[in-house]
Amino acid sequence: MKRFLSAVLFFVALIAVWHFFLVLRPDKALLLSDPLAVWEYLVSATADGTLPAAAWVTMRRLLAGYFIGIIAGLPLGMLIARFKLMEDTLGVLALGLQTLPSVCWVPLAIIAFGYTEAAMLFVVVMGTLWSVMIATENGVRNVPPIYSRAARTMGARPFYTLLYVTLPASAPFVVSGMKQGWAFAWRSLMAAEIYVTILTGLGLGQLLNYGRDLHAMDQVIGVMLIIIVIGLLADKILFSPWERMLHRRWGTGKE
Amino acid sequence: MTLSEELQAASPAKLSIEEVSKNFRTERGSVLALDKVSLQIAEGDFVCLVGPSGCGKSTLLNIIAGLEFPDEGIVLMDGNEIREPGRDRMVMFQESALFPWLNVLGNVLFGLKLKPNLTYSERKDVARFYLKLVGLEKFTTANIHELSGGMKQRVALARALAPNPRVLLMDEPFSALDALTREQLYGDIQKIWAERKKTIVFVTHNVREAVCLGNRVVLFSPHPGRIREEFEIDLPRPRDINSVELASYSTRITRALKGYVHAEESE
Repeated sequence: MKRFLSAVLFFVALIAVWHFFLVLRPDKALLLSDPLAVWEYLVSATADGTLPAAAWVTMRRLLAGYFIGIIAGLPLGMLIARFKLMEDTLGVLALGLQTLPSVCWVPLAIIAFGYTEAAMLFVVVMGTLWSVMIATENGVRNVPPIYSRAARTMGARPFYTLLYVTLPASAPFVVSGMKQGWAFAWRSLMAAEIYVTILTGLGLGQLLNYGRDLHAMDQVIGVMLIIIVIGLLADKILFSPWERMLHRRWGTGKE
Repeated sequence: MTLSEELQAASPAKLSIEEVSKNFRTERGSVLALDKVSLQIAEGDFVCLVGPSGCGKSTLLNIIAGLEFPDEGIVLMDGNEIREPGRDRMVMFQESALFPWLNVLGNVLFGLKLKPNLTYSERKDVARFYLKLVGLEKFTTANIHELSGGMKQRVALARALAPNPRVLLMDEPFSALDALTREQLYGDIQKIWAERKKTIVFVTHNVREAVCLGNRVVLFSPHPGRIREEFEIDLPRPRDINSVELASYSTRITRALKGYVHAEESE
């Protein structure tokens, strides 16, 4: 409760500073809308459905690309950790492409897929896949060999060992890789949405960019806030429970 | 299958190690870890393999477990060649090798899940039986990191016993524990051996520990790994590691061990 109160106080103070800055420097209102104006935008855009619709479009793209990235990245990461040939080929490729900022996929995606949902999906998958692959590989490599030896003496076959020993044993690495993949996917999607206007769906990034076109700073800042809130919620809902569970089981981290 | 039927289902096995050699290739050339080692282990025997590090005793244990394979020679269990790991030979490792993502009960259940013909509730009964045997029935839902070193090795023992193996292979299982915990476990392991009728092969570099536990103590010497001498330990059980009779045995064996190590150094 005390922690919650201090967080609330901090943000109230931050908004107050923001407001009084504009009272002192009204000339800056063209750049920075008043908190009240942002709030009014958020209320009206929620009421007329633009904001929820845009958030839904964005989340749909993000989740689809993210899950494709994970579903492909987990097994590929395991293969890289297991087979020398995969490590020397796919592993090097993954490492190289992971260093490429995912925004850099956008021009290629537009030319390859045009202004379509497929281009969006491609960018998000490229943002997620490589980091999930590398985190999985890293996780599998860090599993103490004694675990699989112990499992073998208990009668576990290789596939069973992979599924019930190697995978759970590498979970701490895999979860942090999935978290990183999420962050990359989120960033790349925002970049893509600002770049690419697609008629099949108006996402948060596009809403943000329209705000700039109209010079509606209340919209720009309002959408930015929503993007921040979604990022925070994803962290708290998607990852925190897992991480807490892992910390409790493994006895790592602080309580 | 009832719990009592399941507990009766296995009889101890006989092991024959015949002329087993094993080479390890390292950066500095090849090391002969085992050089034509032969050893007969009777049903229900408790044999301790003792020697300095590098004498091949752990390698021999891994070969019996089916985790490694001899370059020459053969290891038989009841006349059948050992080609792979199996639930009839369970291993207890130096580090507990418990799975941190499972709780205590989950760890003991792991080996049982792979055993056919048991329902889920029967498996749980078996796991609970062995956790009780090692004195941890109150800790079934504990996480592994919450346990002390001694408790971890007790869980590892319960996990190794749960699939009801015919042979129990122990690779310096108590070497990382404090003296007091170790002494308790010496008592436990002797009791379990007597009650559960297993053939036990126990690897250690601690001579007193070997004398306290084994019917026989087999002395290895390194470079190359060979069996030098065998000692029958004719002491009543349960044995106390601090007893005078036990000390006189271990003095004799330690002296023999030193002789082999020194002889090698002066060569």
